[in-house]
Amino acid sequence: MAEDAESILTNGPYNSRPRWKYLDNILNRPGPFTDPDWVCGEPALEGLSRAKILVIGAGGLGCEILKNLALSGFKDIHVIDMDTIDVSNLNRQFLFRHADVGKFKAEVAARFVEKRVKGVKITPYCGKIQDKDDDYYMQFAMIVCGLDSIEARRWINATLVGMVDENDPDSMKPLIDGGTEGFKGQARVIFPTMTSCIECQLDMHAPRAAVPLCTLATIPRQPQHCIEWAHIIAWEEERKDITLDNDDPEHITWLYQKALKRAQEFNIPGVTYSMTQGVVKNIIPAIASTNAIVAASCCNEAFKIASNTNPFLGFPGTDNYMMYTGDVSVYTYTFQHVKKADCPVCGNLAKDLQVNSNSTLQEFIESLAERPEAQLKKPTIRTEAKSLYYQSPPTLEKQTRPNLSKKLYELVSDGEEIAIQDPAFQIAFKFKLVFEN
Amino acid sequence: MLKIWSMKQKQQQDESAATGPKKKKVTAAQLRVQKDLSELSLGSTMKTNFPNPDDILNFTLTIEPDEGMYKGGRFNFSFAINQNFPHDPPKVKCTQKIYHPNIDLEGNVCLNILREDWKPVLNLNAVIVGLQFLFLEPNASDPLNKEAAEDLKSNREGFKRNVRSAMGGGSVKGQSYERVLK
Ligand SMILES: [Zn+2]
Repeated sequence: MAEDAESILTNGPYNSRPRWKYLDNILNRPGPFTDPDWVCGEPALEGLSRAKILVIGAGGLGCEILKNLALSGFKDIHVIDMDTIDVSNLNRQFLFRHADVGKFKAEVAARFVEKRVKGVKITPYCGKIQDKDDDYYMQFAMIVCGLDSIEARRWINATLVGMVDENDPDSMKPLIDGGTEGFKGQARVIFPTMTSCIECQLDMHAPRAAVPLCTLATIPRQPQHCIEWAHIIAWEEERKDITLDNDDPEHITWLYQKALKRAQEFNIPGVTYSMTQGVVKNIIPAIASTNAIVAASCCNEAFKIASNTNPFLGFPGTDNYMMYTGDVSVYTYTFQHVKKADCPVCGNLAKDLQVNSNSTLQEFIESLAERPEAQLKKPTIRTEAKSLYYQSPPTLEKQTRPNLSKKLYELVSDGEEIAIQDPAFQIAFKFKLVFEN
Repeated sequence: MLKIWSMKQKQQQDESAATGPKKKKVTAAQLRVQKDLSELSLGSTMKTNFPNPDDILNFTLTIEPDEGMYKGGRFNFSFAINQNFPHDPPKVKCTQKIYHPNIDLEGNVCLNILREDWKPVLNLNAVIVGLQFLFLEPNASDPLNKEAAEDLKSNREGFKRNVRSAMGGGSVKGQSYERVLK
């Protein structure tokens, strides 16, 4: 027994698995909820250690996620984060030490977990998720997100939905998304194109609480109102030509002093430098335990999807969203968020459309009216880069009208995606134009 | 996982696969703005202008009120929409210096749906209707230009005269305004 305990602490010899004893109990025998077709033992273990998994974000949630995945038997983990470590991260982002301040989060987190959990390979990328293309994301079995930005979530969601190829099961990457805000959080699993996606669920994110502009301008009542006033109104008035940089101490000091002066005028106490920083950067107090709860839930789902030991969140037709709130006691609720038929991202997937690149845009639009699946009568068309033709508003119609007589090859490239909006349909049609000639 | 895939194949048997080289895709924000633009009802009092027609996320809106105290004026607003639209509201500013209780001298606009009451279900049409309404019914109880609001509250006729003179490029209470008459 004593020997056993010691080897757990030191990982034991390379080939023995004392550290994984409890994990092996789950992998080596079926439980009451395992699928009858499931094969326990070696195949389950193999599936887990071979799965290449991507973690997006190495912050509060990301540190927890990386640690959990490594301790759940994942062996090939990649992590992306563009941020560097700030001293204010150290209270909860436990993979970082004071000496790491200023270094890249992804890099430091990867090295730390690799050192502590022998046999795990963690590959960091210090940059933006938008730097990477479909080929990069295609290499992973699944993706776990611990992000604080809705914009980044929407981007990865749209990318994964766009990658799904009917003929290739490997092209559908499960997306496991965790999010926290103070005492609240959620874990959700998305099977792109099969189940409700992040864009379908956009209304689940409460918009940032905002105070009416006129309150800020005329009757501030709270110290935060004075800071927002300095941020939105005073800066624009006095430093219009300088782009506000939330990370520049000189800028924050300027805002702080403006806010303080205004607060004094209105007899409002409480404006501080750190409050100024918090309001300007929209920092929501991060609760370490909320991060731990949500990350744990995300990693359990990743483990179950990779190993098939138990039913997981997000299986089509079942619950896919777990919300947690610790604001008033403890409350969790798990439900199925239904896919939206008119979702701009997953509602209508881009289909191939064979076209003659020598035909004009006008001829192309006329041909759309004859297509059986959608008789588009008044289509508005664009690519990511160009407005091809807009039916309205009138000024845009006039500006894009000259395109009608241009040939398709002058406007789009082979394989480029176009989005078509038509007043007869709630949702946009997307096509990839494939040149026949 | 494989079970899910066979379900998928059943779900979409007759849809053809998307193949070919990887190209930039139309973004969710662009799709939504494209939809909103197709549903815009501008009437005869409003006009849009796209400095770069390929960029539908940045444009200006001109309002020419045909009734009310601001009749005869031509007011320009810049719209800047980011990639997080419709989670984030559009950023709207008046590009002229005008005398209005709900618009300050820097062009900031106090309209609830541009800030505290914005929801992703709202569209660009709701915003332009809101802007139009500000010229028909300037609102003294949500002041951004405090002096104009006081003026409107205490002396409606005097306020009207001041609006006319500001629109003509004159000064009101020591502030000079931009000429915005058509
Ligand atoms: Zn969707």
